[in-house]
Amino acid sequence: MKENYVIEAEGLTKKFGDFTATNHITFKVHEGEIFGFLGANGAGKTTAMRMLCGLSRPSEGRATVAGYDVYRQAEEVKKHIGYMSQKFSLYDDLTVAENLRLFGGIYGMKRKLINEKTDRLLAELGFTSKKNAMVKSLPLGWKQKLAFSLAIFHDPKIVFLDEPTGGVDPVTRRQFWELIYQASDRGITVFVTTHYMDEAEYCDRVSIMVDGCIKALDSPRNLKKQFGVDSMYDVFLTLARTAQRSSD
Amino acid sequence: MVLKYLIVKEFKQMMRNIILPIVFVLLPIGVINVLPRIATQEVKHLKFSVVDNDHSALSQRLMNKIAASSYFDLVGAFPNYNKALATIESCEADIVVEIEPEFEKNLITTGVASVAIDANAVNGMKGSLGSSYAAQIIADYAAQLRDERGLDASGTTVAKFDVAPRYLFNPTLDYKVYMIPALLGMLLIILVGFLPSINIVGEKEKGTIEQINVTPVSKIEFILSKLIPYAVVGIFLLTFAMLLARGIHGITPAGSVALIYAFALVFCVVVASIGLIISNYSSNTQQATLTFFFFMMIFMLMSGLLTPVASMPAWSRAITEVNPMRFAMEAFRTLYLKDASFGDLSPQFWRLCIMAVVLWAWAIASYRKNS
Amino acid sequence: MKVFASFVRKEFKHIERDTRTLVILFAMPIILIVLFGFAITTEVKDIRYTVLDMSHDQYTQRLAERFAANRYFIYKGEVSNRQQAMAKFNHGDVDMVIVFGGNFAQELGHCTGGSIQLLLDGSEPNQAATRAGYAQQVIADFAQELQQSSATGQQCNIVPVTHLLYNPQAISAYNFVPGIIGLILMLVCCMMTAIAIVREKESGSMEVLLASPLKAMTIILAKLVPYFVISFADLVIILLLSRYMLGMPFAGNLPAFIGISLIYIIVCLSLGLMISCLCSSQLAAMLISLIMVIPCIYFSGMAFPIESMPTTFQHVSTVMPARWYVSVVRKLMVQGVAVKYVIEETLILAFSAAVLLSIALASFKKRL
Repeated sequence: MKENYVIEAEGLTKKFGDFTATNHITFKVHEGEIFGFLGANGAGKTTAMRMLCGLSRPSEGRATVAGYDVYRQAEEVKKHIGYMSQKFSLYDDLTVAENLRLFGGIYGMKRKLINEKTDRLLAELGFTSKKNAMVKSLPLGWKQKLAFSLAIFHDPKIVFLDEPTGGVDPVTRRQFWELIYQASDRGITVFVTTHYMDEAEYCDRVSIMVDGCIKALDSPRNLKKQFGVDSMYDVFLTLARTAQRSSD
Repeated sequence: MVLKYLIVKEFKQMMRNIILPIVFVLLPIGVINVLPRIATQEVKHLKFSVVDNDHSALSQRLMNKIAASSYFDLVGAFPNYNKALATIESCEADIVVEIEPEFEKNLITTGVASVAIDANAVNGMKGSLGSSYAAQIIADYAAQLRDERGLDASGTTVAKFDVAPRYLFNPTLDYKVYMIPALLGMLLIILVGFLPSINIVGEKEKGTIEQINVTPVSKIEFILSKLIPYAVVGIFLLTFAMLLARGIHGITPAGSVALIYAFALVFCVVVASIGLIISNYSSNTQQATLTFFFFMMIFMLMSGLLTPVASMPAWSRAITEVNPMRFAMEAFRTLYLKDASFGDLSPQFWRLCIMAVVLWAWAIASYRKNS
Repeated sequence: MKVFASFVRKEFKHIERDTRTLVILFAMPIILIVLFGFAITTEVKDIRYTVLDMSHDQYTQRLAERFAANRYFIYKGEVSNRQQAMAKFNHGDVDMVIVFGGNFAQELGHCTGGSIQLLLDGSEPNQAATRAGYAQQVIADFAQELQQSSATGQQCNIVPVTHLLYNPQAISAYNFVPGIIGLILMLVCCMMTAIAIVREKESGSMEVLLASPLKAMTIILAKLVPYFVISFADLVIILLLSRYMLGMPFAGNLPAFIGISLIYIIVCLSLGLMISCLCSSQLAAMLISLIMVIPCIYFSGMAFPIESMPTTFQHVSTVMPARWYVSVVRKLMVQGVAVKYVIEETLILAFSAAVLLSIALASFKKRL
């Protein structure tokens, strides 16, 4: 059976002046998998992800996402992806329902469909009572769940999550990963950056970035075998020691 | 119909802001009620000091005549010029009128006498208008003296003109009538220009623009969604301000109201586009505000708001040719004061339209969905 | 002291990195001075006029030629009736129409006098009055000439000798420059300071600084120093430009002027600090500082004489620090009078500086 790739990157590079944030990275992501994108702070994860989302133009190399070229067809790429940024970026002066309606509308969903999906989604999350609450009044954990739900509201092929669980408690993180699995079950490819090593264990495959380059890429089980250690944490430490850049 | 969702969002955010709706109501009231009363360059109630070196009946009468005029208020009579000058130095007086010694004698024997008028001309307009008012009163006085003494009756050869100035459009020379239409333009540039200039940059600072940029929303739709709400606000503000002008000052347009709206709409597109362009090129709110303030100041100064464009030298008049504020202000003033037709104002209108299209296109081009 | 210096350096770096803001802060005074000095003037010239001559005799011809020869007037063709004249007004082509009544020459010698009507576009009152004055002057000169050429009777003339003090050419810039100084200092010290501090509050970095062992006062003073330096540099730029480019005399006492300017800068910085304590968002800080800056244009007497305002607003203007400062600048810089004439203003400014600074510092401490 021929493999279906939804993301293919080849020599993808981004330079800011003299500084090379992402240095010729090459990898492929299968359709439907949960792909973990690991690295210390400043390793170039976010830059790479922004290039794949069409937010940042690559300086060199090429990449296709959902079959479209990120350099030439950025707007086509955007029709097929969802994105949740590191910094919470929903409108906090709009209500929960209004945020969903706005982004549903932007992706061209019909009003009736938006309303149905909103009600179903909020019921699943146990959010129904907060439907008309202003987003800024929600606790951080709820905001993160809402941001994720919004990123997959229009049923994209791929969802990009940039450190989605930063700053939330372990229970909420656990619940969050359940949401990710549910999305994955619906056939959505998940591309997630994180620096929590326990989360890395939940991924089908992970890549580890050091100083703008991908230093390792395989399933967590194979990586542990390859480095001869017991946990992803040790794999990461072994690689991170080679870093030249300060993690700032 | 993506646009509809985006516009609804902008309106909701605008109305949920604690300050903005208050500003929308209070600012027009402040601008229309207060500014016309203080923004006046009317020259009246000039304070004058007198040095009467003659102390004659005729010099006394001249002093009284000046003091009786509605343009002048007497500060006091002083024994010498230096004492009177001190009142100008301390800004207690604007003008010193000095009557020469032997004033009466000269007038009777030689027929010619002189009076010195020294005006504080730090404010050049006030100084020169004030001294010419004084000169006019003195000339009237001379004519009065001639009449009394029957000099004119002595011969028919004396040439005399009966000059009657008549002021059209603003017969009482009321400064308010001139300022209010211009203030409408100012109100629009302050709100409809300033708010967009901090809108996109605000979304950049908050990070929400990221979530929009990653969607397939088109640049045209996004910019339109930022522009249309402010144009609507502009039209609302204009209506409110025009009603205030009518209610408070009883000033209504002499020309077509529909034309005022047409001009206002195009002008709103122009200034909102300028605001959005500034916002697109700025990385933080402080920078955007300062940049907007800088351009607004130049637009206002070069528009004829305070001083007439016709008085400018050629090079700066050339600059005003690309100043949207100038054309909007000319249109508002003309439509308020004169019953002008569209034909009279079509050059201004088409120029504003061209600016609107160019600036709008620029606003779209300068909005970048990726870096 | 070392800590303080390193903080000041950090604040300068912030501003230095934002090249555009820096450029605008220095370009603004220069452009304003150039515009006010050379572009913006209330001088009346180029009065566009047309003639409606219902008499067509030698006197009306000669008078019309007088107007044509005068450099203040620009002839825009003749009209043959009032409708045409009105059309020209509506179109904005002319400022004045000179109407000669019928039988002008015949009436000239009689006691009624030849009748001339000046129709003026009164839209802008001062311009209209000045234009009327110029036209009347031309007509009066002509009348005098006619009189002299005919047999001279006994005269009764009072010749006014007019001097425009301090500004003999009635240059508008002399009036605006003091206002520009007041405005720029307010803009830089009050608005920019307020926004800069609130931005740190918004981004949370203020919390970090306040949590450090440094004294809060050190932090806040360090924030004020760069704006103080910039505003002082702006002041020097304006002074140099107005002296050497506009040729303003600057006859007054320079040290006194600088001293009073420093007091005014402290007033503005205190206002900025106060605003930053009150507001939690940049938008609010901006709107409130705009509310402080705009009255500076209108109430300071910069463009509109305070004496022309209704009494209520004259009272309002007394609480605006800019009003007193502009008055000082005008007296010391343009009039060049002795320091004793500005004591009142100086005391008021010093008093407001003391009050505002203590309120600002008190409200800043309370927030901690």
